[in-house]
Amino acid sequence: MLAYIIRRLIYAIPILMGVNLITFLLFFVVNTPDDMARAQLGDKYVTGEAIELWKETNGYHQPLFFNDKEEGLTALTETIFFNKSISLFTFDFGQSESGRDITSDVSQRVWPSVMFALPTLLIGLWVNICIALLVVMFRNTGLEKAFVISFVGLMSVSYLFYIIGGQYLVTRLWNLVPVSGFQTGLDSFRFLVLPVAIGVIAGTGAGARLYRTLFLEEADQDYARTARAKGVSEVTVLFRHILPNAMIPILTNIVIVIPMLFMGSLVMESFFGIPGLGSYMIDALKSQDFAIVRTMVFIGSVLYIIGLIATDISYTLVDPRVRLN
Amino acid sequence: MKPVILWSDALLFILLAAMITFIVNIIRNNQSRERWSRVFHSRLGMSCFLIILTYIVIGVLDSLHFRKAVEPVEGQEQTEVYYSSHINSVLDLMLGEMGEEKEKTYSAPFSLKSYSKENMQDEQGNTYRAYASLKHAGKHLESPDDKPLDIVLQSFQALLMGLLISALLIAPHSYWMTGKNGIYPWKTAYVTLTIIICLLSWMIHISSLYHILGTDKAGNDVLYQCLKGIRTAMLIGTLATLIMMPIAISLGIAAGYFKGWVDDIIQYLYTTLSSIPGLLLIAASALLFQIWIDLNPDYFATGLEKGDAKFIGLCFILGVTSWATLCRLLRAETLKISQLDYVQAAHAFGVSHARIITKHILPNVTHIILIIFVLDFSGLVLAEAVLAYIGVGVDSSMHSWGNMISAGSAELSRVPAVWWNLAGAFTLMFVLVLAANLFSDLVNDAFNPKTRLEAA
Repeated sequence: MLAYIIRRLIYAIPILMGVNLITFLLFFVVNTPDDMARAQLGDKYVTGEAIELWKETNGYHQPLFFNDKEEGLTALTETIFFNKSISLFTFDFGQSESGRDITSDVSQRVWPSVMFALPTLLIGLWVNICIALLVVMFRNTGLEKAFVISFVGLMSVSYLFYIIGGQYLVTRLWNLVPVSGFQTGLDSFRFLVLPVAIGVIAGTGAGARLYRTLFLEEADQDYARTARAKGVSEVTVLFRHILPNAMIPILTNIVIVIPMLFMGSLVMESFFGIPGLGSYMIDALKSQDFAIVRTMVFIGSVLYIIGLIATDISYTLVDPRVRLN
Repeated sequence: MKPVILWSDALLFILLAAMITFIVNIIRNNQSRERWSRVFHSRLGMSCFLIILTYIVIGVLDSLHFRKAVEPVEGQEQTEVYYSSHINSVLDLMLGEMGEEKEKTYSAPFSLKSYSKENMQDEQGNTYRAYASLKHAGKHLESPDDKPLDIVLQSFQALLMGLLISALLIAPHSYWMTGKNGIYPWKTAYVTLTIIICLLSWMIHISSLYHILGTDKAGNDVLYQCLKGIRTAMLIGTLATLIMMPIAISLGIAAGYFKGWVDDIIQYLYTTLSSIPGLLLIAASALLFQIWIDLNPDYFATGLEKGDAKFIGLCFILGVTSWATLCRLLRAETLKISQLDYVQAAHAFGVSHARIITKHILPNVTHIILIIFVLDFSGLVLAEAVLAYIGVGVDSSMHSWGNMISAGSAELSRVPAVWWNLAGAFTLMFVLVLAANLFSDLVNDAFNPKTRLEAA
């Protein structure tokens, strides 16, 4: 087991290198340091010296990949690629273009994101499983068909519609909760209840539909039929026999999502003014702050890879038949 | 008139040609014809198809662009024909004056008055503030009180017209079908078609008298903008997949067929790509493409061309970042197929790699490609709205539902709320995505071997 995890972690290094290279190519080759300097200094009155000075102070004065002025290994280390991208591996994120420390920003903003994303995941999971079990109970009836079509209907509504519609209805017409904003501590409940509710409702269509197919696969297995034959009621069959068996694929699907919870939700957070990582990224994209975007891409990839490894491990935990080697 | 072909138009026509050859192939091939007929056996499949077809027709009509010839100035001898700098489409012609009937600012659906008060002068020259009458709504009415009755009468007239047109279309077909033992649900098709035609006829007729969905901030007709958004949505849903397919197909099959180091490299590529958070990668690339366009303004002659380039760039980015899923599926399927006896036999006979791939492997993975194409479509249409909200969507010179929604979300907080922008965009988007989702479910059921076995 330990050997397997170590090997997977070693495999992750070339992938992260690739991620770094892609983002580096995106950000520095398309948008050269000269362009960045011009964008940051403003279009008017930009002289060659001003650009050089900006590049010097922000560490963009070195060549991209290979520094032919240096010798030996320093020819590779004294470059923008090494200084700006490889340093991410040591979790040294440096400063944003506006001069703020990215590491402290990230560690501050991660908690509001989790406070929004974790309840959304858990409540959503619970709601979807309940609805899906209900539908499976009424399988092969008109009610099931109506449910399935309404799932597709829910899936077809734009995510933005749920947010805009929900926000308008609850905050402006009914005045139940504040429109947007955030507070720490117990007060955060007032601000979080609406976004969480909207997140749950928006995910119901796709979620319940997926779980329904998982439950249906189990519903006609031999063990379920045997239980019914010996007179166990349908409700008990569903909750005691089918649910635990179907939990294996559900749980392993969830594990990969858990690390991504830290990344927050791009759209939701900026709509409701939650100061999490999602709105951090939107702000960075809008102000074209590439240092932040680059860092977030890197963190996202690391979390994704952690999720992948955790999924494999969770297989062995919930299903004793699976062996890792 | 002088036809204009934008880059996205050209791609659309290529796509259309590809689709037509695809359909011809289906009809020729017994096996796939049998599978497709399964989709159309169901009443749901038939009506969904007709709805999607309507969207496609509107999108194609909107892609036939031209520039109007400018009328020569009277009294001047003109040796040469000049063309307007404004690019129109055939759809604009069919909708009549709808796109050019500009008001001053917002107005509610079917309203005769403007949304906000403005300064006006009475006969004595005194200034007072009142809601101004709209320039292009209800001009034929004698008094504003006649409006409800007029709307009912005009709707009645338009619906009758619609019924007449659909009767003319349907009658020959049903006459031709009599006595034939058809397996397709033609009755459903007739009903759907009639509803669509009546709706279109009502829309075209009434919109020449009123603003059905009101007007937006700049006074443009909202319904017109919604209809123009169809082309953008259709293009984004299909072009991105079209760009992604060659990459995914060639890499996926190569990985599954050649195995070894080729497989390793390709697997590495798609794992790397899919480990970057998707939306963030798309947003960052789109932003950089925007910057690149802004830095090189000389490449584009007109504003529309610039918007078009940005649009194709966006499709390209969506395509290049999303090939991992299809590639993974194709690799797994190819691995399975290349172990089968007939492929082994072909190897033993010394058939070349290229021939085995095109003759034995590709035809057996087409169902996966097809399912992904249909499944991705609705996702991409929805994604456009989110991208527009983040600020990296389609250029503002192109009409798109995403742009309407992101502008409309702020307008909702006005008093009284301006809801018609959002309502129009959301409704058209919902109908398209719902039809596409239901249709893709049916295609999946018909083509996916796993579900087909269960049904049998």
